Amino acid sequence: MPVSVKFGCFSLDSRAIVGLQSGIASFFEFKRRHGKMNAQEIINSIELEQLKTDLPTIFVGDTVRVGIVIQEGGKERVQPYEGTIIAMRNGGINETITVRRIFQGVGVERVFLLHSPRVASIKVLRRGKARRAKLYYLRDRIGKATRLKQRFDRPL
Amino acid sequence: MSVGILGTKLGMTQVFDETGKAIPVTVVQAGPCTITQIKTTKTDGYTAIQVGYGQVSAKALNKPELGHLAKTESPPLRHLHEYRVEDSSSFELGQQLKADAFEAGQIIDVTGTSIGRGFAGYQKRHNFKRGPMAHGSKNHRLPGSTGAGTTPGRVYPGKRMAGRLGGTQVTTRKLTVVRVDVDRNLLLIRGAVPGKPGALISITPAKLVGRAKV
Repeated sequence: MPVSVKFGCFSLDSRAIVGLQSGIASFFEFKRRHGKMNAQEIINSIELEQLKTDLPTIFVGDTVRVGIVIQEGGKERVQPYEGTIIAMRNGGINETITVRRIFQGVGVERVFLLHSPRVASIKVLRRGKARRAKLYYLRDRIGKATRLKQRFDRPL
Repeated sequence: MSVGILGTKLGMTQVFDETGKAIPVTVVQAGPCTITQIKTTKTDGYTAIQVGYGQVSAKALNKPELGHLAKTESPPLRHLHEYRVEDSSSFELGQQLKADAFEAGQIIDVTGTSIGRGFAGYQKRHNFKRGPMAHGSKNHRLPGSTGAGTTPGRVYPGKRMAGRLGGTQVTTRKLTVVRVDVDRNLLLIRGAVPGKPGALISITPAKLVGRAKV
């Protein structure tokens, strides 16, 4: 099961999402009781059970810390991974983010399936200013040039 | 030699297993199916179970079909399918077969009609290599030689050529049931099954050949 992490500073955004999702859930519940559901509605209802409701609002360009559940010798622990979001892919249950960081002089990019139980937590550390949806140009840059301007109009 | 179930492919999605792995699954509306006829050695020379699936209005069927279904007092059903069984005596007419006939983790075979691709060329239909696209070559998607010359003076039967691809019966074997939703008669099957969403498929327990793995 996904570890639920509540971010106090996000209350407004996440509450809106929770409200929306519970609305969809009750819609499916209504459909289930009153007649037939079509194929896409059935699939959506299966996906809905697994969607996380406590995800923070994230944007491309943000610096995030992702907590990943890893198994080591029968034990589970949460490993943090920090970096800049250079790409997002929407797709319901298949929503992913690509997080890039420089580790020991080598660029590392990890793709996280946001709704996966393996992704225990996501914390936004810094909002970055990005003028495009995919920041692949950061791959060609080194050092100071990889920095993104911070933006302050979005709450953390 | 076991009774399967008819169903409709609904589409694909993914679910997370207990370790957090994302598993690609096909969602299948499995049943409910009604047993519409029981064939015995005495009456038919072999033993089999006929099941019906897909309730429609009575005017969608013709009179012989309705008459056949009326014998078992079953509702008008669109699809009828026969499953050979060793012993048909344990079944009764009008019995309902539902998704609970399967359990999570079970190995199954899924039969359906593959997606029709129309008249397909050599590369798509038989995985031929293509010719060079440049350097003055005009042979891009041609088949090459179809055989020798004057002897034998004909193309051998079975020579792979362009033609209709897909739209034939295909069985995908040894798929795993990931989850069974008894309330809604849904099966979540790991991997892909033949056909497009909405296609009629037949799900049977896997026919395992050869020596059982220990």
